[in-house]
Parts: sequence; C-alpha cells; structure tokens
Amino acid sequence: MGKRRAVVDQKLCVACGCCVKICPVQAISVWKGLFAVVGDKCVGCGKCAKECPASVIALEVREQ
Amino acid sequence: MKQKHWYDYLWIASAAYLILGFFNILFAWLGLLCFFIPLLLAIGGKDKLYCNRFCGRGQLFALLGGRFGLSRKKDVPQFLKTKAFRYGFLIFFFVMFFQMLWNTYLVFSGVQDLRQAVTLLWTFRLPWQWAYRVETVPLWVSQFAFGFYSVMLTSTVLGIFTMALFKPRSWCVYCPMGTMTQLICQAKHREK
Ligand code: SF4
Ligand code: SF4
Ligand code: SF4
Repeated sequence: MGKRRAVVDQKLCVACGCCVKICPVQAISVWKGLFAVVGDKCVGCGKCAKECPASVIALEVREQ
Repeated sequence: MKQKHWYDYLWIASAAYLILGFFNILFAWLGLLCFFIPLLLAIGGKDKLYCNRFCGRGQLFALLGGRFGLSRKKDVPQFLKTKAFRYGFLIFFFVMFFQMLWNTYLVFSGVQDLRQAVTLLWTFRLPWQWAYRVETVPLWVSQFAFGFYSVMLTSTVLGIFTMALFKPRSWCVYCPMGTMTQLICQAKHREK
C-alpha cells in the first residue's frame, strides 16, 4: 500500500501560495514564483487540495 | 498551529482601505502600494512573495470565505484557469487602467470636468460626492483617486462574487496582479 501524496498540475498552478499557508507540515512551497512543488514531508492530508483556489492539486497514491 | 506573523493581519489594511474610500476618496492613492509592491518584489528577486505572504486582499477573501463561511467552496469553472482567460483579463484590466489614466489626463489638462463618481464593473456609475472633501488639491489628483478606487472596488466586488460561488480565494486565479507577477517570474526564470 503506497502513501497518499499531493500532486500539483504545474501547468495550471497560479502560484498564489494558498497551499503553502495551509499545509500543516510545510511540505509544499512555491518554486521561483512559477508553481507549487511538493516535498517528501507530505503526509497526504489533502488540506492543500481543498484550499487551492484553482483546484489543481490531486492526491495520488504512490508506491513506496 | 503555525505562528502568526504581523503580515498575517494585512487583511485589516485591505478592509480599512475600502472603508476609508467611503469617507475620503484621496485615500484611494494608497492603493498604488498594492500595485507597485508586488511588481517590485517580483522584479527584485522575491518572486511571488507578495501573493504568498503579504497580500491583504487574498487574506481577506480567505477569511470571509473560510472562517466566516461565505463561500460554497466549489471548484472554479475550467475556463477561468486557462491562460487565454487569465491573460485576456489582464489585458482588459490594462485597457481599463489606461482609460482611467486618460480621464485623469483630461481633467489635468482642463478638457474634462471632475467626475465625482465611482464606476463599478466599468459600467455602473455610483454617486460618490460625499467622499470628496479636499478641495485644495488639484482636480486631477481627485479624478485619479476616483478612478483608482473604482478599479479597487470593482475587483473586490468581482472577488467577493467568485468567492461566494467558488473557492474563497478564487480571485487569485484570475487576479491581474497575480498573473503579472507570475509572468515576471516566468520571464526571469525561463527554462534554460
Ligand atoms: S494553492 Fe493551488 S494554485 Fe495556489 S500555489 Fe498552491 S497549487 Fe498553485
Ligand atoms: S497533502 Fe497535506 S501535507 Fe501534503 S502538501 Fe498538502 S497540505 Fe501539505
Ligand atoms: S493573486 Fe492577487 S489577490 Fe491573490 S494573493 Fe496575489 S495579488 Fe493578492
């Protein structure tokens, strides 16, 4: 069973940073003002996906 | 719980700005700050720090739509996220902005009289005489203030509208400042 992890559609991300503000473990950040990137710390809680105004974050199951 | 910083309260400044404009239109000039600060930050190597940290308007929408529940929290329609719409809206905004500057110029050069009105959604002219208090400044200074406040109020109304219908910060998807700062970042960090 893989862990859930946030995945950002970087083509549609507007780099607003709402996801950064809401993430409880600082796993997501906006890279160079271009789009959000998810780091290893992500626990797949899905808070960022709910918050994202553009709804461009999905939670995907990753095999370890 | 994350620690709160002073900049997490900038929504108060945004709300105060809108309220002050009701009492004295000249406060509208302060709005230039939310115009130049994001651009200067983006150009000065801080990328989207304004959106990501300081923007009071975004915070205000997050608060009203989130904490106060004034949002349906539904996904925005697909077209709103497209480059075509975002860039199109940016261009539209620029056209309106230059028209506002042009009106200021006309008043400055004496061709046109001062219009003591705030134009909402580029169409509806709201009488706003009560906020016209300072008669000692040149007329064009006031005309610019009325024009700029119109821009700010219009974008706030649009933002509140999409906040109610979709996610709290839906405005950020098509916000011209956000689009502009992202474009600056793209120009600076173009894939090599
Ligand atoms: S909230 Fe959504 S649009 Fe905004 S930076 Fe994060 S992923 Fe991108
Ligand atoms: S899913 Fe949760 S932990 Fe992962 S980036 Fe989003 S908010 Fe952070
Ligand atoms: S996109 Fe616009 S409203 Fe949203 S945080 Fe950036 S400047 Fe503020």
